[in-house]
Amino acid sequence: MLYRENGQFKTTYRADQQIFPIAQDRLFILAAVLFAFVVVPAIASDYTFRALLIPFAIMSLAALGVNILVGYCGQISLGSGAFMAVGAYGAYNFFARVPDMPLIPALILGGLCSTLFGILFGLPSLRVKGLYLAVATLAAQFFADWMFLRIKWFTLNTPSGSVSVSGMQVFGYPIESPTSKYLLCLSVLVVMGIAAKNLVRSAIGREWMAIRDMDVAAAVIGIRPMYAKLSAFAVSSFIIGVAGALWGFVYLGAWEPAAFSADMSFRLLFMVIIGGLGSIMGSFFGAAFIVLLPIALNQFLPVLLGAFGIEISTAGISHAELIIFGGLIVWFLIVEPHGLAKLWSTGKQKLRLWPFPH
Amino acid sequence: MKLRNLALATCLAAIGLTAFAQPKEQFFPALPYRTGPFAPNGVPWANGYLDYLKLVNARGGINGVKIIFEECETAYDTARGVECYERLKGKNGGATLFQPLSTGITFALTEKAPADKIPLITAGYGRSESQDGGVFKWNFPLAGTYWMAADVLVQYLGKKEGGLDKLKGKKITLVYHDSPYGKEPIPLLQERSKMHGFDLQLLPVASPGIEQKATWLQIRQHRPDYVLLWGWGVMNSTAIKEAQATGYPREKMYGVWWSGAEPDVKDVGEGAKGYNAITMQHGAEPQSAVVKEILAKVHGKGQGTGPKEEVGQVLYMRGAMSAMLGVEGVRAAQERFGKGKWMSGEQVRWGLENLNLTQAKLDALGFKGVMRPISTSCMDHLGSNWARIHTWDGKQWNFTSDWLQADEQVLKPLVKQTADKYAAEKKLQRRTPADCQS
Amino acid sequence: MGFFLETVLGGLMAGMLYSLVALGFVLIFKASGVFNFAQGAMVLFAALAMARFTEWFAHWTGIENLFLVGLAAVIASGALMFVMAWLIERLVLRQLVNQEGATLLMATLGIAYFIDGLGQTIFGSDIYKIDIGMPKEPVMAFENVFPGGILVSKEDLIAAAIAAALVLLLTLFFQKTSTGRALRAVADDHQAAQSIGIPLNRIWVIVWCVAGVVALVAGVIWGSKLGVQFSLATVAMRALPVVILGGLTSVPGAIIGGLIIGVGEKVSEVYLGPYVGGGIEIWFAYVLALLFLLVRPQGLFGEKIIDRV
Repeated sequence: MLYRENGQFKTTYRADQQIFPIAQDRLFILAAVLFAFVVVPAIASDYTFRALLIPFAIMSLAALGVNILVGYCGQISLGSGAFMAVGAYGAYNFFARVPDMPLIPALILGGLCSTLFGILFGLPSLRVKGLYLAVATLAAQFFADWMFLRIKWFTLNTPSGSVSVSGMQVFGYPIESPTSKYLLCLSVLVVMGIAAKNLVRSAIGREWMAIRDMDVAAAVIGIRPMYAKLSAFAVSSFIIGVAGALWGFVYLGAWEPAAFSADMSFRLLFMVIIGGLGSIMGSFFGAAFIVLLPIALNQFLPVLLGAFGIEISTAGISHAELIIFGGLIVWFLIVEPHGLAKLWSTGKQKLRLWPFPH
Repeated sequence: MKLRNLALATCLAAIGLTAFAQPKEQFFPALPYRTGPFAPNGVPWANGYLDYLKLVNARGGINGVKIIFEECETAYDTARGVECYERLKGKNGGATLFQPLSTGITFALTEKAPADKIPLITAGYGRSESQDGGVFKWNFPLAGTYWMAADVLVQYLGKKEGGLDKLKGKKITLVYHDSPYGKEPIPLLQERSKMHGFDLQLLPVASPGIEQKATWLQIRQHRPDYVLLWGWGVMNSTAIKEAQATGYPREKMYGVWWSGAEPDVKDVGEGAKGYNAITMQHGAEPQSAVVKEILAKVHGKGQGTGPKEEVGQVLYMRGAMSAMLGVEGVRAAQERFGKGKWMSGEQVRWGLENLNLTQAKLDALGFKGVMRPISTSCMDHLGSNWARIHTWDGKQWNFTSDWLQADEQVLKPLVKQTADKYAAEKKLQRRTPADCQS
Repeated sequence: MGFFLETVLGGLMAGMLYSLVALGFVLIFKASGVFNFAQGAMVLFAALAMARFTEWFAHWTGIENLFLVGLAAVIASGALMFVMAWLIERLVLRQLVNQEGATLLMATLGIAYFIDGLGQTIFGSDIYKIDIGMPKEPVMAFENVFPGGILVSKEDLIAAAIAAALVLLLTLFFQKTSTGRALRAVADDHQAAQSIGIPLNRIWVIVWCVAGVVALVAGVIWGSKLGVQFSLATVAMRALPVVILGGLTSVPGAIIGGLIIGVGEKVSEVYLGPYVGGGIEIWFAYVLALLFLLVRPQGLFGEKIIDRV
């Protein structure tokens, strides 16, 4: 009743090719974006920004990038942490070495560095497939770990190897307060999200999906695997690189190579799989799940256990977090292997028919 | 109607009171790690820290002001540490100070703490150049920095050889954890290597440091005269085990104060006999007065944070000492801003900058024979540059050297140079003498 | 020259230890097509169980004899690993039959986190000791031929011997027993095996149990060498290049792969490392495995990947 496309006729090709052809979808997305830009800064607290919303925005962006590679093109990659690191250090070098470098170009250049790195370490995908590729991409991860620890040029020759960023501003507005940081990350996320959504329904996106489903058949019908796979790596690493730069600049402020370790790669892969492979919406859901769950557990577990009169140490909470985290992931994969996005689309399907049963 | 007015008035009064009410207790957040690869070393430190805070409460608080504390697990991860900081900094009226116990988290918080006006105590770790209070207004690496440690070690080795000039041609290897923590001593060691002409070999070990076979094979080939160990967590015991497996004499190994505690050698037992480490003034102090007091007043009442056997161990003492420095900073602040009152972060910062812990005061606190006087100033946030060496004899740590002092002639130029570089990068001005008075 | 031989020997020993962990991966992948990312966590859990049971049994019963207590601890840990294997198969894998590789991978990662948390909750996060009487002092061989002799670590030699014995046992198990044959049948083709009456679920439980025992052996040996602590789980990351170099489905591949990776790692660290500042072990192993893969994409001894279009 609410969510029907009855009566929504398209009279131009342009209207037919919209990203969100159903009017209710458009309204919903518009409302969500307005809410995020206008209402949230007014009501959210400092802590909510710093600890919940900013990491969520940045991680959604990174998950978006990983989803393009793993979900749309089918190349399992465990090197996403390395791409984030390259993006972060690349952007840092441009920002710190070039005098008066504006922030946005620095982020974009960081993303481009990550693209080059991604293409280089994406070359094995032309020969290796599946789980072997997953482990091969770990080579990128460990190489990047080592590279930023050993090659002092990347960290501006500081003795400790730790770098920090301050004094960010966009068009004269300083990016110091949590609200401004949040708005910056959100804007980047929205722009890249729209770009990604368009990209995956274009010809190149269809090529990626063909490679994912049956790469030999795709090659037979004329899709060049090298071009498709490497472009997936390139686009994906660009997005992940920009996300990495934002993570370092905006969220951490000062970081060392251990901030982008293999743990980060696994987290990103979790986000994508829990959220739903091959779905833009899924990246957001997955990021929300993985970012918010540990904090929620941390806050509510002592309260919950306290209600039963059980006192638990911080170490115990940490271990319980791990147990619950692992358990939830397994449970989730059993219940809905296609991820939260599938639940979302099932919900939408049901809503189309509501209140009728079929 | 009357009841409604009465209720409304009471509510308003309550709100008004809470708005104006000052917090009555000092909030000491703790950022320990009780899980993860560095937990064995993080747990005793955290227990010592909390036990000392409980002791202060048992003694009556800081001139009557009690301490409340809360732990937030960081697992040595920078992102988690930052999240814990954000969560705890505004609680209970505002955090008094932070002690992150991790060089990575210290770097991240150095950027944030000045804006939030909360001092950071990094006793024995963190950035070595942050001892320069002229640039690092809010960092306090009290009683020990890594450059100081490296300096003392080189001086001690020189002493062993019969003079610093006798180090010429000798070979010293640094086995370090491949992270900002491990890389800290390198600039000073390179400086000293130039000064005295010894050969410095740098061998990084990838975190978490469980695979060191290749490292120690290289040491076996290179045959250094001394090996300096800059590890943390399981890397320490692995290093000693590999030294044993490759036949390198443990007597020639010298660890930094984070590599010279019971968890690192207990496991290896007899194989670690003869292993030396530098101490940040204190070693294992089971006989000290403060330990006896904690056992009586805290553990005796069943409020001990960890097991009783841990009280007095090296890392436990370090946690207790770190807590003591924080508490004394608040006390010093109270001397100026009002005894028995609640102190804000800014006021405590002044207190930490004007710490004057004489031997008499330290003895009264229970640290007789454990510590030497600490006295900070506007430009010097280190306070004291004395250290000792202790050796593991298979069962316990024993002091095997006199008090040694780091050489300011070597340290000061290096500190100033690096601090100036930081200031230039961040576009900060050096503090003026006027600023020092506030 | 002597030093080169020493490095190579050290590498071979280290490689054998890696292959112990890699065996677990290979076994499970061979029989059920699941890449078990939880292997590292299982090694840690088994080692923790062994270390703590030894301590607790000695404490509760007061028996001082190390051998008896150790034996009891081994049996108890083995039983615990069996229970865990059965639970994993029952609760997780049975529900995820026929899902795609990435989903199964993530499920095992979830199990890994779960086991990590559970192990540390039950057994603690301190460093614990496993003492199975391994000699800790090195022995110098060929002292007359090379100056200073070649360093041979007795502990590593014994560990390598145990690993070799384990491989031999496993090979015999697979070739000679009927259960082993059934396992190979399941590895070949699930549906065909099921159609001739081999109970798939039971076979999977058996495979995970065997992998659990392998994890126990690996955990005991690594734990005896390094001490048992949380970071032991990271040893699985070091064993991954071994698995993909040898081929995901080959037991001899795990050994040969281990030897190659071990030697490659140590030789590169000792000879190449000083030129680039050191610390290159880990990524060099992965790059080495990657280079092999470029030539043989299915690993040295893996099954050729056949795509049906």
